[in-house]
Amino acid sequence: MEPFRFVKAQDNLAAIRAAGINQAKFIAGGTNMLDLMKLNIETPKQVVDINKLSLYKIEELQNGGIRIGALVKNSDLSYNPYIIKNFPVLSEALLSGASPQLRNMATTGGNLMQRTRCPYFYNTDFACNKRVPGSGCAAITGYNRMNAILGTSDKCIATHPSDMCVAMAALGAIIHVQGPKGSRAIPFADFHLLPGQTPHIEHNLKQDELITHVEIPALPFAVKSYYLKVRDRASYEFALASAAVALDIQNGTINGARVALGGVGTKPWRSLEAERALIGAPANAQTYRTAANAALAEAKPHKDNAFKIELAKRTLVRALTTVEGMS
Amino acid sequence: MNESLGKPIDRVDGRLKVTGGATYAAEYKIKNLAYGAPVLSTITKGRVKNIDIQQAEKMPGVIGVMTSENCMMLHTPSGSDPGSGKFAEKDLLPLQNDRVLYGGQYIAVVVAETAEQAEQAAATIKVTYDEQKPVVGFEANFSTAYQPGSGLGGAKTQEKRGDADAAMQSAAFTTDETYTTPVYSHNAMEPHATIAEWNGDKLTVYDATQSVMGVQGLLSNILGIPKENTQVYALYIGGGFGSKGFTWANTLLAPMAAKQFNRPVKIELKRQQVFSAAGRRTQTQQKIGLGAGVDGKLTSIKHDTISETSFVDEFVETAGVATSMIYSSPNVEVKHSLVRLNRGTPCPMRAPGESVGMYALEVAMDEMANKLKMDPVQFRITNHSDMDEQKKKQFSSKYLKECYQRGAEAIGWSNRSAEPGMTKQGNLLVGYGVATATYPANRSASSAKATLFADGHAEILCGTQDIGTGTYTVMTQVAADAFGLPVDQVKVKLGDSSYPKGAQSGGSQVSASVGPPIRAAALGAVSKVVKMAIADEKSPLYGKKEEDIVVNSGRIQFKDHSNTSESFTDVLRRKGLDKVEAQAKTNVSTRQQQDAAPAPDGSPEAKIEAESKTNAAVQADEKTDRKDYVFHSFGAQFAKVLVDPDLGTIRVEKIASVMDIGTVMNLKTATNQIMGGILFGMGMALMEETKYDPNNGRIVTRDLAQYLVPVHADIPEIDVQFIEKPDPFISPIGARGIGEIGVTGMAAAIANAIYNATGKRVRDLPITPDKLIA
Repeated sequence: MEPFRFVKAQDNLAAIRAAGINQAKFIAGGTNMLDLMKLNIETPKQVVDINKLSLYKIEELQNGGIRIGALVKNSDLSYNPYIIKNFPVLSEALLSGASPQLRNMATTGGNLMQRTRCPYFYNTDFACNKRVPGSGCAAITGYNRMNAILGTSDKCIATHPSDMCVAMAALGAIIHVQGPKGSRAIPFADFHLLPGQTPHIEHNLKQDELITHVEIPALPFAVKSYYLKVRDRASYEFALASAAVALDIQNGTINGARVALGGVGTKPWRSLEAERALIGAPANAQTYRTAANAALAEAKPHKDNAFKIELAKRTLVRALTTVEGMS
Repeated sequence: MNESLGKPIDRVDGRLKVTGGATYAAEYKIKNLAYGAPVLSTITKGRVKNIDIQQAEKMPGVIGVMTSENCMMLHTPSGSDPGSGKFAEKDLLPLQNDRVLYGGQYIAVVVAETAEQAEQAAATIKVTYDEQKPVVGFEANFSTAYQPGSGLGGAKTQEKRGDADAAMQSAAFTTDETYTTPVYSHNAMEPHATIAEWNGDKLTVYDATQSVMGVQGLLSNILGIPKENTQVYALYIGGGFGSKGFTWANTLLAPMAAKQFNRPVKIELKRQQVFSAAGRRTQTQQKIGLGAGVDGKLTSIKHDTISETSFVDEFVETAGVATSMIYSSPNVEVKHSLVRLNRGTPCPMRAPGESVGMYALEVAMDEMANKLKMDPVQFRITNHSDMDEQKKKQFSSKYLKECYQRGAEAIGWSNRSAEPGMTKQGNLLVGYGVATATYPANRSASSAKATLFADGHAEILCGTQDIGTGTYTVMTQVAADAFGLPVDQVKVKLGDSSYPKGAQSGGSQVSASVGPPIRAAALGAVSKVVKMAIADEKSPLYGKKEEDIVVNSGRIQFKDHSNTSESFTDVLRRKGLDKVEAQAKTNVSTRQQQDAAPAPDGSPEAKIEAESKTNAAVQADEKTDRKDYVFHSFGAQFAKVLVDPDLGTIRVEKIASVMDIGTVMNLKTATNQIMGGILFGMGMALMEETKYDPNNGRIVTRDLAQYLVPVHADIPEIDVQFIEKPDPFISPIGARGIGEIGVTGMAAAIANAIYNATGKRVRDLPITPDKLIA
């Protein structure tokens, strides 16, 4: 670990000021950041502790949406009764991630900033364009069973690891950030970036911007929503494929649909293609399979992960079938 | 007499362990301790051209950097000293030259005032290499396969009886399939660690090892110092599973650095370093051919294994080691061959040989049972071996048929559909599988010292160690019964190389090996007290015969006359003694291993030998006729699984395991050992796999986020049962070892259950969702 300066911020503005210098990084739960620092993958010269900031509230909005403070712990968010009732997919996604101990530390804002688990990113002896821009990608020709099949580039095939983000992508969350010149709102789809030629740039946040809260807009049909995660063991493991879905079915016809996939994309993967295939179609197995095919149409497999195409389709079909069964 | 052996008493060190009071190798507070951080190779093959240590040397707290340019020269261990352990990398003593033969090999050690300073300085060291094309990829190098010599403990690697090929050709039913297993990593909870401190010519080492005696012998050999100047401690060990059975470079580098920088030095590996620098299980490809008649009797068994080893040593995974004795068949052929790869060297890992070998054989048995349309349990009973047909010897004891019967009942075998894919529970497919488990019952020469103190408590010293298995606890029970004392009056001390030589914790041999001498030493001490009493006019036992004296709760008494008795304390105090000591050594070995070299006269070993000659318990033990027997434990393991046929996810719903291991010394620690083996087998079957980069051959999955082991949520109901019939020949205690057998049937039982559930036969471990939906 590189030596660093440690600063405890007392309020948002102090945090934002401290973030602007010395290649600073915020630290909240530290569940990902500390590991990366210990492995010399993150080497901030300044670490800004934001745990004192007043960003712990979960507020129900009058329009039926919800506003989640950036420092709300994953465990608190997952067990929030309003979330469980109105956005079950978010609670389920959170509870499928990590372990109870980690969820007690990990925060909402931190989860948005979670970095890939690509083994080559984690090993400083290998080439990785995300870790060292221009060094190459060892995963593309290496062992890539866990890597992404959607949104990849010739520079990076690292999977986005978060479960929470998949649910938030489906729910169309809005990320509120604050910088030295004020606040702005970033639609979820615009927050994370595709790797393209610059896989080290992972999100739309500026160096001195602080995530203050995440808003989940009202989505009445999300009461029937579901997160399904398929993985190599029963708990404490990243997804081979996952699906966050919500369906509005009226008289056997799908009036509204939200679909996002995890474990397969270089970012949390909202599939508008799948949603288009679902909306207006009859709620049946054939429609779900058509939607799954649409979601994976652009998938590009590598040597060890071709199975993810079929697995992701089946995961999505199962999730959609499960939500249909909730009616 | 209140016997404690067999009772499920709590671990005597349990409280210490859960309260942090048990001191592991890396945890000793040593004055002036410096910290060593390894620099490991980032190429897989080549030579080190230059190590730039300039920046590192200037960094805060750095004491120095040890490289091949400046480190001490080591002596090549002479393989002839039977008392020394095995260095895992015979041809690669650390830092002795510039060769790199695998990724993650030691190149340098940075020593600094704190661990953080050492690590940070190590990260700045730039090594330039003359890189050569490494030999990577297992299957790609099969053309270089060669026949090795013998395996671990002299195990035969090529065996034959009858004509297996001819029998295959004339068999009514045959199966011939290829099974593959990946590299597995032990991942003991405690990473490898060593603290070394010199005091003049004397060396003290705290090491995470499965053999304090082995490390003592090896350090003495390699560093060129007398054994009596080499003191090794391993009081508590956080698991080994074979990875701490051989000695790795960290155990040498710490004393080398301590000498060079004139400071006590600690080297504690990080998890990532353990993957490359401290052993693993080899990758295997096994071809199994079975031939059977219409009656379901096997007529031919062929087991052909290719595994890989390194360029720094030769380790053979003897996957076929049990094949020639586990079933009855007139024709058997077992072969092993090896390819060399630029990987860190493999080593034993929990049931080396049987773990992967029984997986392949037992899946093949399931395939044959299906062809025969025979129940897999019945098929195994039909082919039960009543004797070791290869060695033509009887088993010392064997209750395997009872294991199958009890296990089948426990798992609900009668619910199994013979036709795969027929049983459903909701959307999930239900399957049942069985496999035979076996492991040799090893016992080797061991010695111990017993002391009875005048205050009434007793102590045992034995140079073995408790690697987390419960040795402290079960040996306290053995000793307490022999002393005639309650367990809380007996203190067993292990993990110290100055104690009488005990067995290494490998090959499931500790309990069988050190139990008898501990018992004999304790009985010897009691006998000395009894002799004093019956010769002493002041004793109520004066003039009685020794054979008429019994021991009960610290008192010796005449037969069942509790009034004619006195305590150990009474006898010793009258004599003005504060203690009485006895030593015992038993030379029994169930393998003809070469570990009992005669001790020169006057050495501590010679003293133990001399005293053992008069020890009645040793005499009786050594007189037992063992030459007509082979010693093995057996068991039957069953799994019930639920498989989601669309998603390929597998849920192990229940496991039942019935073991015939002779006397159960402590039901709690025994159950714990078997359960641990079962979880090892679950990991092996379903998720564990160490992956190497296909291009440069370095390990990619090298932490516990990338290398999956079962977590609590994966663990089903586990029913562990024992036959509990003592082995009449292995020792007076009747207990065979138990550390490894638990893993040996598990992977096959799960694989067979998955087939029964789905009709899909995945012959490549681990069985992950992608392989089931393929």
